[in-house]
Amino acid sequence: MSSMKTHKLTALAWCLLFLYPNLVFAHSRGGEAIGFVSGAEHPVSGLDHVLAMIAVGLWGAQLGSPAMWLLPVTFPMVMAFGGMLGLMGVKLPGNEIGIAASAIALGFVVFREARPKLWVAAVLVGFFAIFHGNAHGTELPPGGDGLLYSIGFVIVTGCLHATGIAIGMIHRWRAGRLALRTAGACVAVAGMGFLWRAVM
Amino acid sequence: MRNKAGILIVAGFLLGSGNACGHLINSGFGPFYDGLAHPFLVADDLLPVIALTLLAGLRGVRCGRAVAFALPLAWLAGMVAARMVLLPSEPLWMTGALTIMFGALVAADRPLPVAVVAGLASVAGAAHGFGNGRELSTVNGGLLAMAGIVCALFVVTSIISGQVAALRSHRTRVVVRVAGSWIAAIGLLMLGWALRAHQ
Repeated sequence: MSSMKTHKLTALAWCLLFLYPNLVFAHSRGGEAIGFVSGAEHPVSGLDHVLAMIAVGLWGAQLGSPAMWLLPVTFPMVMAFGGMLGLMGVKLPGNEIGIAASAIALGFVVFREARPKLWVAAVLVGFFAIFHGNAHGTELPPGGDGLLYSIGFVIVTGCLHATGIAIGMIHRWRAGRLALRTAGACVAVAGMGFLWRAVM
Repeated sequence: MRNKAGILIVAGFLLGSGNACGHLINSGFGPFYDGLAHPFLVADDLLPVIALTLLAGLRGVRCGRAVAFALPLAWLAGMVAARMVLLPSEPLWMTGALTIMFGALVAADRPLPVAVVAGLASVAGAAHGFGNGRELSTVNGGLLAMAGIVCALFVVTSIISGQVAALRSHRTRVVVRVAGSWIAAIGLLMLGWALRAHQ
């Protein structure tokens, strides 16, 4: 048992060591998008994005396997597609409204504990992910290293979903189910606030 | 337990990969070690390699072994070819497209024949090796650096595909598939950045 613990601690220590960025600049770089950390900061820079992404995880946890991992896989992939469109200069109309609507819709399904067919849930999540990705893509600043920026961006997005799933694990208890539904209602109400701000 | 520790360490390597630099870094230990470090410091080389090795690992031990040899050898062939033939190196959009494809294949976890995975590894290896070879053609001790790169690739491919092939539980395989989807997402953004640069 103690050897297992030692293994775990050693692995954790290695991870922490390698998390420290070892930047090697071949050329001097400019702009904001210069690396992993700035990419990692982007998804958590807006409450509307954060709430929607955590709500995806919460809903996945409520639905259970396979939706629990399928939804968080769908969201980053479709979001990245929206981001790619944004980077190419294709801006979707009503981006901010779409993002606010995503918080309302995802909060509502968590509140209702909605259980649609798997493909319906995936399409719903994917539909809203495009708006989130496109907004990020059009906002992305010019910079020296888009790849590391993208890595940080996708990993943190995935971690937000994982946070939602982890919180959603309280679904197994009766009080937890109630807490999740309340959280869903809060996300939906916050979404209405975002919508008000986007429209006004 | 060792598998989990190994996966954690590899994840640490992935997260710790540094900025993509177009030139060989100077580690101070000589060209072989510079080459050895090269794949770990160039994220656009490392990402498709990781995706391919995850794919090979998911397809089993035989596939892992095939890719562990096919990828470094094709990479070497690409580097040698770059010294002989004057062609432009692989554009970033192609790297993005390959990364998307490999990431999506990992996420889908569909049964693919060993020959197909090894063939994909050969194509990717040759394309990336060609790009590396062009960079190394102006470097002193380029042959030693090439040997370092090939050794690093063999070690990375063997370790990751071996670790993944040993995974038996459904949950851990799902984690690998999720990692594949993230790689595909990063590839999509990579493609976006490449297309943005052309505008």
